[in-house]
Amino acid sequence: MEQVINEIDKRQMVINMGPQHPSTHGVLRLEVVLEGEIVNEVRPNIGYLHRCFEKYAEEVGDYSKVIPYTDRMDYVSAMNQEHGYVVAVERMLEIEVPERVEYIRVIVAELQRIASHLLGIGAFGLDLGAFTPFLYCFIEREKVLDIFEKTTGARLLYNYMAPGGLMRDVHEDFKSDTAEFVKTFRPKIKELNDLLSYNKIFIDRTANVGVLPVKVALNYGASGPVLRGSGMEWDLRKNDPYSIYDRFDFEIPVGKGELGTLGDCWDRYIVRVREMEQSLRIIEQALDGLPEEGDVFEGIPKRVRPKAGEIYTRTETPRGELGYYIISDKSGGPFRVKARAPSFVHLSLLPSISKGAMIADLVAIVGSIDIVLGEVDR
Amino acid sequence: MKNAEEIYEILKDEFGEDSLELHSGDIGSPWITAGAAKIKEIAKYLRDDSALLFNTLMCLSGVHYPNEEELGVTYHLHSTNLHHSIALKVRVPIDDPRVPSVESIWKTANWHEREAWDMVGVIFDGHPNHKRILCPDDWEGHPLRKDYVQQEFYQGITTGE
Amino acid sequence: MAEILGNITISLVHVAIPLTIILLFALVAIWGERKIAGFIQDRLGPYRVGGWHGWAQSIADLLKLLQKEDIIPKDANRFLFKFAPFMMFTASFAAFAVIPFSSAYIGSMINIGVFYLLAVTSILTLSVIMAGWASNNKWSLLGGMRGAAQLISYEVPTIASVLMVIVVSGSLNLMTVTEMQSGNDVLGFLPNWFIFQNPFLIIGFVIFFISILAESHRVPFDLPESESELVAGYQTEYSGMRWAMFMLAEYADMLLLSLLGATLFFGGWNSPFGDFMAGPVWGFFWFMLKGLLLVFVMMWIRWTLPRYRVDHLMHICWNVLIPLAFVNLVLVALWEVIF
Repeated sequence: MEQVINEIDKRQMVINMGPQHPSTHGVLRLEVVLEGEIVNEVRPNIGYLHRCFEKYAEEVGDYSKVIPYTDRMDYVSAMNQEHGYVVAVERMLEIEVPERVEYIRVIVAELQRIASHLLGIGAFGLDLGAFTPFLYCFIEREKVLDIFEKTTGARLLYNYMAPGGLMRDVHEDFKSDTAEFVKTFRPKIKELNDLLSYNKIFIDRTANVGVLPVKVALNYGASGPVLRGSGMEWDLRKNDPYSIYDRFDFEIPVGKGELGTLGDCWDRYIVRVREMEQSLRIIEQALDGLPEEGDVFEGIPKRVRPKAGEIYTRTETPRGELGYYIISDKSGGPFRVKARAPSFVHLSLLPSISKGAMIADLVAIVGSIDIVLGEVDR
Repeated sequence: MKNAEEIYEILKDEFGEDSLELHSGDIGSPWITAGAAKIKEIAKYLRDDSALLFNTLMCLSGVHYPNEEELGVTYHLHSTNLHHSIALKVRVPIDDPRVPSVESIWKTANWHEREAWDMVGVIFDGHPNHKRILCPDDWEGHPLRKDYVQQEFYQGITTGE
Repeated sequence: MAEILGNITISLVHVAIPLTIILLFALVAIWGERKIAGFIQDRLGPYRVGGWHGWAQSIADLLKLLQKEDIIPKDANRFLFKFAPFMMFTASFAAFAVIPFSSAYIGSMINIGVFYLLAVTSILTLSVIMAGWASNNKWSLLGGMRGAAQLISYEVPTIASVLMVIVVSGSLNLMTVTEMQSGNDVLGFLPNWFIFQNPFLIIGFVIFFISILAESHRVPFDLPESESELVAGYQTEYSGMRWAMFMLAEYADMLLLSLLGATLFFGGWNSPFGDFMAGPVWGFFWFMLKGLLLVFVMMWIRWTLPRYRVDHLMHICWNVLIPLAFVNLVLVALWEVIF
């Protein structure tokens, strides 16, 4: 017994953060080895939300019946998840999608990106103890959800897109509602910057914390705002265009290490804020280009039965590269669907960037990589 | 920027013809099948060769092929410098599903290989932390095999219906 | 015998008056804080209970807390665990004895009032450690350690800024300190409050206010209980009435330190208009108004700012506030000597 006690390093303390903890963004469990307040090691434990998405997709025997399940992976950006999946299925079917459908898809996907970033930013502020910006973000997110509710009938999980088309046409006032949102939302970004982004305490807490060098980021397969926060101009909407993103004029915001080291929490945060502005630009252009007439159902094939083969399609969700690896064996349903979720990849780099941070920093780092556990565990 | 045939030619010149094959389906993208034994060397070559520079592993998936009684591992690679992608495949028999780990080449593989072990049951030699990731450590079977039957009880708790 | 009974009665009255004020304050302040938070965050806050703007919300919360099960973790140190919340409240409550609520009422007219107040409130540190350690929970322990470090560190600038006022007043008795601030002579119209008498005391007040934010662990210094990092810090394992005692102690502490600030810098129960609206009852009104204004500012800050990290907190205290406080103390004294 004495020997056992001697072997335990008395200065270290192992503490369980989660699965029930206010700032692990769901049911994530982190085994944290602490020395006082300093984090020596982090071991993420996941799987608490594993719902067998891939098994379900194989068993259901119908490509279209997988779509509601893709919603439930990353439940805060359901539209983007659907978009990625229908793009993959359409490429397997080799079908053309009507113009109007493409435009509507881009608009809802970008609206969803804004909603998702608002949640990510708000929750990040909440992790650092700033309660009010969280609610300001939610007020704006609510407006996006209202638009979605009017069109799809749902506020969180929409089941809106179908291979080749949409489940419903947009509601009558969709165009004016969205234009109104774009108009009112722009000044709010400035308000958010004044309240949170350039707050002295916020900068102290996030700059130089959780620095992720771009080489490490690439080796870990990081993507989306996490990779862009490290200074790499990489956005699948531009670098591997899908849908009609090549028609729009927008910029890729990247972290520049303005207030600290390149690739710190603040850089990842500000990339999300600036991306919302770019999304607004895309929405404006798409609203201008949206054809008035057009049937959103006519492109939907009667039978979704692709030829044998396999495909890996990736799209840019608010969290990064969402890949679908689909193998078809000529039957009505996929032989294998593998979802490559950005949050899963980003969470795996948490141990390498949080070594030596303090407990409060660990919370900031988890918040800044903006994970959704539904997507990590699938 | 290189397409699959060109990449296949480069690999063939380097590693010989016997274990490499180029396949393609009726639709979708082509893939290169490689022998399991050499996969680590091939991966390293793919990453470091100046004509290929595959610096990111986008996705690593385990697949169960019940008809052939084989397990497969698919590596989807992308080069952010040269903007080309390739799918690489390894097939191993189901009774000895051993594949060398590429964790030391792309860190992305760390969790993805754990997931492939957990879900399909591919064993990755040389993986630093070869444990289940989504299921509990003492779970029985590999859920994504086509012949998987869910265990009735887990720690004395019923698991299904 | 009659004398003893009389003494006991008087003591009880002296206990009852501040206790009533604290309890009423806690009820109003908890509701008020939620309303203020609602206003700042563009929402309504409590609106249902009791009808008018949810005025009865705090009472409903209190009833709920009273009915809750009193859970004590199996491996906790039962005595310390039960004792800590009450000790915390006692510490802040005892300090109210030397607060002059009005020209006609002060609990105890002792000459070392300020010294007694600072000594008694330092017991708070003990109860935070006690709660953190007795819970036998790692989060509580971390919270307790943070709390101890924070409260002990910030006592130094608090005391230094109080000393600045003592240098001017020359008395430790808060009643005397208040009486010295009567009248409207500064620049011919401003009240004789210490903050107007000596320009360096404005800096002194800023230091004092930052320090009391940390002393009463309010945002941005709420590290001992920071909910997004340490779950709830030293309060993690507490529930029901024991937790409510912590809450009560926190609000009592907030009120106490705000009232102390009002006494030291803003003339206590003195009316801002000289003899107009003066007198014991008006005095009580002015005193509470000044204290509540400071409480409001504390709430305002809470709902605006993020939280500091523990090393930043120590940096601010030891590298910024303490040197500044002592330099300012000398400047205040020099001003007094010269003018």
